[in-house]
Amino acid sequence: MCLAVPMKIVEIRADGKGVAELEGSRHVVDLSLVSGARLGVYVIVHAGFAIETLDQEEADATLALFAEIVQSAAEDKVAQ
Amino acid sequence: MSADTVVQLAHGGGGRLTRELIENEIVTRFGSGPLRGLPDGATLPSPGERLIFTADSFVVQPLEFPGGNIGHLAVHGTVNDLSVCGGEPKWLSLALIIEEGLPFSVLGRILDSVRAAADACGVTVATGDTKVVARGQGDGLYVNTAGIGLALPCFALGQERICEGDCVLINGTLADHGMAVMSARQNMDFINGPVSDTGSVHRLVAAVREFGAAVRFMRDPTRGGVAAVLNEIVEGREIGILLKERDLPLAPATRAVAEMLGIDPLHAASEGRLLLFCDREAAPEILKRWRTLSEGAGAVCLGAVTRDNGRVVMETVTGGRRLVDVPRGELLPRIC
Amino acid sequence: MNYIDAFRDPDVAVQFVRLIAEQGRALAAQGRRVHIMEVCGSHTMAIGRYGIRELLPENVELISGPGCPVCVTDPGYIDAAIALAGQGAILATFGDMIRVPGSESDLTRCRSAGGDVRVCYSPSAAVEIAQSHPDREVVFLAIGFETTIVPVVSIVDEALHAGVRNVSLLTAFKLVPPALHALLADKEIKIDAYLCPAHVSAVIGSQAYEPFAADYHVPCVVAGFEPLDILYGVHGILGQVLKNEARVDNQYARVVRPGGNPKAQARIAQYLEPADAVWRGIGVIPASGLGLRPAFAAYDAERKFGTPVRVGRQHAGCRCGDVIKGKLRPTACPLFAKVCTPDRPVGPCMVSAEGTCAAYFKYTLRDERQGGGK
Repeated sequence: MCLAVPMKIVEIRADGKGVAELEGSRHVVDLSLVSGARLGVYVIVHAGFAIETLDQEEADATLALFAEIVQSAAEDKVAQ
Repeated sequence: MSADTVVQLAHGGGGRLTRELIENEIVTRFGSGPLRGLPDGATLPSPGERLIFTADSFVVQPLEFPGGNIGHLAVHGTVNDLSVCGGEPKWLSLALIIEEGLPFSVLGRILDSVRAAADACGVTVATGDTKVVARGQGDGLYVNTAGIGLALPCFALGQERICEGDCVLINGTLADHGMAVMSARQNMDFINGPVSDTGSVHRLVAAVREFGAAVRFMRDPTRGGVAAVLNEIVEGREIGILLKERDLPLAPATRAVAEMLGIDPLHAASEGRLLLFCDREAAPEILKRWRTLSEGAGAVCLGAVTRDNGRVVMETVTGGRRLVDVPRGELLPRIC
Repeated sequence: MNYIDAFRDPDVAVQFVRLIAEQGRALAAQGRRVHIMEVCGSHTMAIGRYGIRELLPENVELISGPGCPVCVTDPGYIDAAIALAGQGAILATFGDMIRVPGSESDLTRCRSAGGDVRVCYSPSAAVEIAQSHPDREVVFLAIGFETTIVPVVSIVDEALHAGVRNVSLLTAFKLVPPALHALLADKEIKIDAYLCPAHVSAVIGSQAYEPFAADYHVPCVVAGFEPLDILYGVHGILGQVLKNEARVDNQYARVVRPGGNPKAQARIAQYLEPADAVWRGIGVIPASGLGLRPAFAAYDAERKFGTPVRVGRQHAGCRCGDVIKGKLRPTACPLFAKVCTPDRPVGPCMVSAEGTCAAYFKYTLRDERQGGGK
C-alpha cells in the first residue's frame, strides 16, 4: 500500500514545501521527510509527501542492466 | 432597485424577481427564436421525419473546472446523446434548479457558456424553466435538459450489428474530463493539471454519414468511461474486445494525475469523445476524415472486436493480458 | 514519464519473461514449485494491472499476502469510525477505506445515511478541514503501513504548529516485519521467498529483512512497483532459489537505502510507540502496530472521545484470513461467488479491487460465469 510516483522538484518555497512536476503537471509536496531535496532532484511522492529521493545514478545503472539483457538477446539471435 | 449579487429564494417565487431573473439572464441570451415572448411551450416546425429525443441532468461538482463548466456539459452532453443515435441535434430545453446564494456572476458565466456552446453546435435553446431552492438544498446549480434531433436516414445503428473483426475507434484522448473534475474536487491545486475535453461530437457523426451501414454503433463514453461502454457492448454475447495498452491515447496531464491518484483511465469519463464501431475496411478512411476536424485530430483505433465470451481484455505493455472490468462505482483516489 | 516509462519497456519485459521461463524449466527439472509471497497492496495491484501472472511459468506462484491495509482492517475499526460519524465528527479518509465492511455497515452506507465522510488524497486535508470547521471535530482514519504512517502522523505535527485542536487520528497503523515473522512462523503456510514492498522498504531499509533471510532461509528481494521491477524481482528470487541461496537483495536501490529513511523513522519515533494490533484473519500480533504516545493523547481519537476500538464481528463463514495467509484458494471458501462478490463483499479480500478473491473472481471465474447461465 504505497502508491507513489517519482516527480521532479521544480521549485522550493519559502515555507519549505516543494513544487514537483510529472509530465508538466505540478503539485505542492511536503519535503520535510527527505534530505537532499534540491531543484532538479526527483522525489517519490506518496499522499502529497516526498518519502525519499530518487538516486538517478542507481536508476540509470538498473536501466543499463536491462539494456544489456536486451542487447545480448539480440546478439544471441543474430548468432543463431 | 438594488442589484443583487446572489440568487435569492424570491427569484424562484414566480413574482417580480423571477421576472427579473428571466429577463436579465435568460431572455438576453436565448430570447430570439421559439423563446420569444416566453410561451409556456415551444412551437417547432414538424420535420416530417423520425425524431431522436433525449433527456439528461447535470449535477457536476465543482460547477466550474479546468476546461469548462456545467453549462458546457449541459449542451455538449445533450447534443452528443442525440448525435450518437444518428441524429442531427436541433433543439434543447434548459431547466435550472438554482440554490439560494449562488452568485449571479457564476450563473452568468455558466449561461454564457450554454449560449456559446449552443451556437457552436447549431442548436437552439427553445424552452426552459427556473426554480430556486433554499440554501443547503442543492449544490449551487443543477441543470436538466431535453434534446430533440432529426434522425439521419443514412444510419442503421444497433449494438447487435457489431461483429467479430470490427474496429473500435475514438476521436481523441481518454479520461480528460473525469480526471479534470477529480483533481479540481480534491482541492489538489494542480498547475497544468488535466483539462476537461467537454465538446460536441456532432461534426464527427456528420463526417461518417456516407459510410452508412459500415458504421455499426456509436456511443459517448461518459460515466464509467470507455470500460463501461465496451463491457455493455459485449455482455452476454459471444464477442469480446481486445485493446492494446500502448495504443491508448492519453494527454500527459491526465496520465500523470491518473498515476498519482491510482485511477484507471479506462474508468474515467470523457465528455467530448465518440466511440464508433465500424467494419474494419471502413476504419482507415473514417480516421482520415476525423483527423481533418479539430475535435478528431487525435483519432485512433483503440482495438478490435474478437471472438470471446463477453470479455474486454487489454494486452498490457508487458505482453501479459488483463481483464478490463466494469468499473465498481465511484471513482476514488487510492494510496494502495 | 521519466523513471516510470523506462521501467515499463515492452522489449525488456519480453526478455525477462524468457529468462524466467528458463528458470521455471530448470526448477521443474528438479521437481520444484516456488511460492513467492508479496506483502504489499501496490504489488498486488501492479501484478493485476500488467497481467504478470499469465507471463510466469506454471510452477512459479505469486501469492498475495496481508499487504493491504484494507485487507487487514478489523471490522471493529470501521464500527468505531461509523460511531464517531454518528456523534457528528467529520471523517476524513483515504478512498481505499470507503467500502471496507464493518460488523454491520460500511463508510459508504454511513455516508448515505447522513454521515460526513470525506475522501482525501493527502492527510494534510484533515488539518485544512479542521481549520474551516472550527466547531466540528475531524477524525482522520489513520491506517497504513510504514510508508503511509509517516505522512499521516504529520497531521499531528501540522496541527501542533498551527494550533489546531479539533483534529485527531483513529489509529490502526501496522508494521510489516512483525507480520512477515508471523507468516513464516506458521508451519501450514508454504512461503519460499518474499517479494518485499518497495516503499515500506524506503522507510525501514532493506536491512530490515536480514533476519528473515538468515533465520528462515528465504530469499527476500526488494522490488519496485513497475512491471519491469516485478519481473526483475521474480527473476532475482528464482536465481537465488536455484542456487539454494537466501539473501536480501535490494533491486530497488534507486529508492531504497540499506538503513532506510532516518528522517521518516525519527518522525515515527517522535509521535508513535509500539502497540499490539489486530490483523483481520490473523488475530493479534504483538507489537505489530503503532499508537500515539501519551503526550499526544489529545490527538488520539480513541482517548479523546473515550471510544475504544473493539474487535468486530465477521461473517461466520469468512475465510479471508486463510486466503491472506496463502493457505486457501478463493474457490475453497464457502462464501466465494455465492454470498461474497465484488458488488457485495463480505471480507476485505473481495473489497480490494485486486485482492486475491476479487482478482480471482474477475480474471478466472468470469469464463465460467459467462458461459454458464446465459
